[in-house]
Amino acid sequence: MEYTVVCRNLSKVYRQNSIAVQALADINLEISKKDFLCLSGPSGSGKSTLLNLIGGLDLPTSGDVSVDGIALATLDRAALARLRLTRIGFVFQAYNLIPVLSARENVEFVMQLQGISAAERRTRAMDILKEVGLDGLEDRKPGELSGGQQQRVAVARAIVSGPSLVLADEPTANLDSKTAENLMQMLVQMNAEHNVTFVFSTHDKLVMDFSRRLIKLHDGRIVEDVRRG
Amino acid sequence: MQIYVPLLVTLAWRNLWRHVRRTLLILFALALGVWSMVTLAALTRGSMEQQLTSAFANLIGHIQIHLPGYRDDPVIDHRFAEPAGALRDALDAPDILAWAARVRVPAVVSSEQESAGITLVGIDPARERGLSFLANAVKEGRMLMDADDPGIVLGRKLAERLETALGRRVVILSQDSANKIADRGFRVVGIFDSQPEMIETAYVFIGLAQAQRLLRMPGAVSEIGLIAPDRNRLDAPLDRLRAAAPQLDVQPWTQIEPTLKLTESVTDVILMIWYVIVFVAMSFGLVNTLLMAVFERTREFGLFQALGMPPSQILGQVLVESLFLLAVGLALGNLLAFATLAATADGIDLSAFAKGFEMIGVSPMLYPMLKFDDALSANLLVFVLGLAASLYPAWRAARYVPVEAITRT
Repeated sequence: MEYTVVCRNLSKVYRQNSIAVQALADINLEISKKDFLCLSGPSGSGKSTLLNLIGGLDLPTSGDVSVDGIALATLDRAALARLRLTRIGFVFQAYNLIPVLSARENVEFVMQLQGISAAERRTRAMDILKEVGLDGLEDRKPGELSGGQQQRVAVARAIVSGPSLVLADEPTANLDSKTAENLMQMLVQMNAEHNVTFVFSTHDKLVMDFSRRLIKLHDGRIVEDVRRG
Repeated sequence: MQIYVPLLVTLAWRNLWRHVRRTLLILFALALGVWSMVTLAALTRGSMEQQLTSAFANLIGHIQIHLPGYRDDPVIDHRFAEPAGALRDALDAPDILAWAARVRVPAVVSSEQESAGITLVGIDPARERGLSFLANAVKEGRMLMDADDPGIVLGRKLAERLETALGRRVVILSQDSANKIADRGFRVVGIFDSQPEMIETAYVFIGLAQAQRLLRMPGAVSEIGLIAPDRNRLDAPLDRLRAAAPQLDVQPWTQIEPTLKLTESVTDVILMIWYVIVFVAMSFGLVNTLLMAVFERTREFGLFQALGMPPSQILGQVLVESLFLLAVGLALGNLLAFATLAATADGIDLSAFAKGFEMIGVSPMLYPMLKFDDALSANLLVFVLGLAASLYPAWRAARYVPVEAITRT
């Protein structure tokens, strides 16, 4: 079995003043290629922390994470950025689009960092924006788009450069139920068509319902790991 | 390392205009600072050049030639033959604009009413043109016609002190080459004005041949003064003159009047201090603006890292923003400064303060003079140190831990 993500004995302790808070404890986890996986659990259970460690946005206190067989602990800041650039897409709860760039420029951003030519960037960006239903809105700035539209731009940006893994932290939290369902259907389709592994962190039952694998966390530990479908 | 120039430029330029008022304010501060640096440099340099030009014209010149010992004891004993042969050839070379041989000895001038100690200067009026202030200084009466003119030219202040006037006679008393008293009456043919006014009481002028006869020193002079095209490029004429007259003391103005050189050096230091003061004030504004921009965009910088932008490029983005601010601020500041200098090219009338200025030998009209080096150093200082000052905010932006930056509210 080929794994996109492997976590071994992963722990994370946050220190707030002199108090140590165990956010994750001894997590062992393998995520297969093309998986559509949801991390769930109450607030403070460690889902976002685990997502951040998998994405190399934060460093574990102990243990190892590898993505596509590359151990993140061996990489410096620049190499981690390079890994995220080439292999990982992110979708954040707060959309996190770049406000001074248009929807198309936001989608092109990662491709620009990858050194893809302007013509190809434009073509791919327009194609993916059409795919997420934003045809005709490509020149709008994030402030001129609705929450759902912004989240679609964020998804398009995460997908367009062909990552092997997309990490989405509460992607539906700020969306109404109809928009959220549309978004999840779109992600399922992309999972199938683009061979991308999706890992969600969420409280949203809708996202859990769409997922093929559900991992429940409690107090920083995996308490349930269910495969469906 | 790949540098994403178009992306960095786009982001930097658009980010600058997210806060139009703040950006305009810092641009105004930068432009004002650069304007003050360049304009003050031109005014100071212009004032200094006027002082130096005036001093060179006040019988100092760029190079002086004497018998060794004259500068310590400027008496008739330290005389030498009028230039001839190799020395004359060296003086007539094209890199010397004008030269004149002079008799210059201490003397006493007396009228019917008063006496005063002065320096008696015997001149060839034709040779003083383009060399000393005398050519255009006579405001009453006339200038000496030639080296054999029997008249005398006095300064206005001295004439007032002696209570004499045009057409009256004064007596010059000095020591001749045989150490005997030499005295003779001269009719006042001209009254000159000068800056500084002390020149008017320090010197009286008679014809060179008349002075040589009075002092019994035929064919001898006390000094040769000359002007070269560039006061800072005197090595070649100095070497040539020293080779032509090894028995004489050939010295540049920097040795003859070290205070003049000091004036030039002090001006440079004052300008540099002014530059630094203005820059420090500007840099606070610049760094503050960039730090605010960085703190406000903490989440964005975290996002950039999450999306795969290397820290070095984030540093580059902030530096490009600083570069834009500096470039636009410098351009505006220089334009303002050039406009100011163009508007004041005909001089700034400081006659309200003229009395004070005249005492230190400065004309009441101030002519700004912008030296390329002054403008360049002001611009380079702001640009290079401005970028250096921006390194801290840029470094802060590049050092954020992505997860902390993204989750910051």
